[in-house]
Amino acid sequence: MTINGKICKAEEGEMLLAVIRRQGIDIPALCDHGAVEPFGACRLCMVEITKESWDGWKKHVTSCLYPVEEGLIVQTHTDKVIELRKTVLDLQLARCPGSPEIQQLAAEYGITQTSFEETIDSDNCILCGLCTRICEEMGFAAISTIGRGHLKEVGPPLKEPPPDCVGCLACAQNCPTHVIPYEDEGIYRTIWDKKFERIQCSKCGKLGITKDFAEALIKMRGLGEDYFDICDECRRKETALTMGRISQWEREVVE
Amino acid sequence: MRITSPQQLEKLRKECIARLDKFPRKVLICCGPGCLASGAQKIVDEFKKKLKSKRIKNFSVEAMKETGCHGFCEQGPLVVIEPDGTFYTKVKVKDVDEIIDKTIRNEEVIERLLYKDPKTGNKIEKYSDIPFYAKQTRIALRNVGKINQCDIDEYIATGGYKGMAKALTKMKPKDVIEQVKKSGLRGRGGGGFPTGRKWESCAVLEEQPHYVICNGDEGDPGAFMDRVIMEGDPHTVLEGMIIAAYAVGANEGYIYVREEYPLAVINLQKAIEQTTEYGLLGDGILGTDFNFQIKISRGGGAFVCGESSALMKSVAGEVGEPRAKYIRSVQKGLFDKPTVLNNVESYANVPVIIDRGGDWFAKIGTSTSTGTKAFSLVGKVRNSGLIEVPMGTTLREIIYDIGGGLQNDRPFKAVQTGGPSGGCLPADKLDLSVDFDTLTKAGSMMGSGGMIVMDDRTCVVDVAKYFLAFLNNESCGKCVPCREGLYQLHALAVKVSEGRATEDDLELMEKLSENIVLGSLCGLGKSGPNPFLSTVMYFRDEYLEHIRDKKCSAGVCRALITYEIDEELCDGCMACIGVCPHDAITGAKKKLHTIDKSLCDRCGACYAVCQRNAIKIL
Repeated sequence: MTINGKICKAEEGEMLLAVIRRQGIDIPALCDHGAVEPFGACRLCMVEITKESWDGWKKHVTSCLYPVEEGLIVQTHTDKVIELRKTVLDLQLARCPGSPEIQQLAAEYGITQTSFEETIDSDNCILCGLCTRICEEMGFAAISTIGRGHLKEVGPPLKEPPPDCVGCLACAQNCPTHVIPYEDEGIYRTIWDKKFERIQCSKCGKLGITKDFAEALIKMRGLGEDYFDICDECRRKETALTMGRISQWEREVVE
Repeated sequence: MRITSPQQLEKLRKECIARLDKFPRKVLICCGPGCLASGAQKIVDEFKKKLKSKRIKNFSVEAMKETGCHGFCEQGPLVVIEPDGTFYTKVKVKDVDEIIDKTIRNEEVIERLLYKDPKTGNKIEKYSDIPFYAKQTRIALRNVGKINQCDIDEYIATGGYKGMAKALTKMKPKDVIEQVKKSGLRGRGGGGFPTGRKWESCAVLEEQPHYVICNGDEGDPGAFMDRVIMEGDPHTVLEGMIIAAYAVGANEGYIYVREEYPLAVINLQKAIEQTTEYGLLGDGILGTDFNFQIKISRGGGAFVCGESSALMKSVAGEVGEPRAKYIRSVQKGLFDKPTVLNNVESYANVPVIIDRGGDWFAKIGTSTSTGTKAFSLVGKVRNSGLIEVPMGTTLREIIYDIGGGLQNDRPFKAVQTGGPSGGCLPADKLDLSVDFDTLTKAGSMMGSGGMIVMDDRTCVVDVAKYFLAFLNNESCGKCVPCREGLYQLHALAVKVSEGRATEDDLELMEKLSENIVLGSLCGLGKSGPNPFLSTVMYFRDEYLEHIRDKKCSAGVCRALITYEIDEELCDGCMACIGVCPHDAITGAKKKLHTIDKSLCDRCGACYAVCQRNAIKIL
């Protein structure tokens, strides 16, 4: 297949976006994440495709979701595609006027002021759904999108502290616009209005993951009950000491 | 009782016909929601009560049928007396006695209850002579209004399950597909994709199992074709689905019905029970080795769940959001398995196609849009209701011949076809043939068959605003162009209707629309800007009038109009004073009334109530 006139190879089953990025071509994609299936919601990764056999007919597809095909001719920056990305960013800027990430991306496409009506009191969430999809992928599905259309939002069931949340922070830390608030205070962590206690390393006293998250991981991965009692760092130190002791013992035996 | 062979089915058919023929005279009472709302149930009860106490030769309560919708809801409750087809409209409880004594007993027609043709003023006696019905050809709706809606025997008596028996015992799956392909049937849900080709591409897939789904999520405001079929003739839907399942090799099927259609769910459920009891559904259908089950899946009524991939997610119990269909749902549909999804009306055509052959069906309609199409004809038209006409009938024939023209003979302005994502066509398009390709070319679409007629008192900006508000509310919110784009497009339409917009705004609306069409994920978004695009294409001047002159000549956009009382015409009847919610009208009996413009909210209540047309819109 060719991308912007350059012939390139791809593995069967790969999506266009991966191949395009491998060519060093920069196209934005806000709802794409290695941990989850492609979603096709932000529409920024749209490209124009055609084939010689299509008789001049072209179509526009989201590259994150379009499986590669032999003989595909891809254009990533046609006027029409750029115009579409500009409109999408313009709309996102109206929705999230206070998001530095969106402001910067929009500015890259020459938009510093939205053409549309700005949302008042915006929460600056772009509704890419990464948080809910990652939460589901983690095995918890504690939060989801609520409602439809422009009023859609992300939240826990009934907007109450979510029973299935373990306070792992996967949602907050993968949010492309960093709008999911959480608070760590002492040994406590609060997210989605739910308060968690964090594990303290029994060796060094450093704070680790929440007790709920540890319990869930032990159950899901079949780890030992005391696996999270010490932190990773102390575990590595312990392992090193143990390994040292074994080597020493071996040497003594040989001698 | 289980029917285990086609011969047994034919025997039963003869018995059913004989049982129905016992009574030469029959009373058909429409029990569609329209007539029920205007009191049909009371009429049914009254008939039952009166027939108990009266003895009439060759007639009993068994000869009374509670049928599905006749389509002429505006004239309800409707009562039809067969075999003459005497057609009574707006029947009241007190009329029942007279109908029994005069028409049923003595074949005497009651003049007062007959339909009056609004064009000629003449009373019309027979069902088939009424222009509303005379120009129709009913295939999908062939039984609706004629048979008891929940009686499998009556369905069998009219030739029901004949097509299925033929398919299962005399045809191979590929022959069934061949006939459907020959018929040229295209999806009636709006897409217009050739049904036979869809079935074929599913049938050849090796991955198992295959599923068959019926889309009964009719979401267009003002459209009710599918509801009427599901309620009034549920067996035709089941028969169509069984034939489809046999053709594509599926053993499991779902009917997706919206929660707002409770009667459809009840009647379909009853039909499934009856069919299962007869052995026409379940294991070993009609004594063959073909098994097929149908389950009803109820949706919450989201418009987007009519979109195939969102519908399948909803059936599977997930949030009804569409996915990109670069891999088609025929290949990867329900539970990621090969799936055939067709609309209610499409399935309703299938039994007839198999019974009478694809060639017979292909002769009806136009060469690229064969067969007939059901429409719900509504809006400012005299005869509103449900109709079915051959493809290729012109808009003029539908609106003026069947619909009887516009109410109060007002000038025609536009007709909106294809539901919210369709478009408005102006008067010079009235002679267009109604078929898939012509409507799309004209900037509208067939859609599922909504048809809203508008007169000169309809403002196109207001219409666009209304449909954009609907689509904005119904957008699932997954992709940005649809979610944010339609929201902003609606906001801009509001700006125009309030006289706050500039010509730059109009340009912005056009550019935004173009990118919503290009960038949206599913059909809802891709067709979302149509209400704006089609109105601005045909009625650009009206948009400019709102923008430049701050005027709405249709007298609809509240921010741009004022009401005034015509001194010559006002006779001081006090009617407007009584209805004004803001006490903005003053005056005494038989004295000229005046509107205080500072208090007036321009709600139009006075305008609607004034008998002398003395309220003027400026």
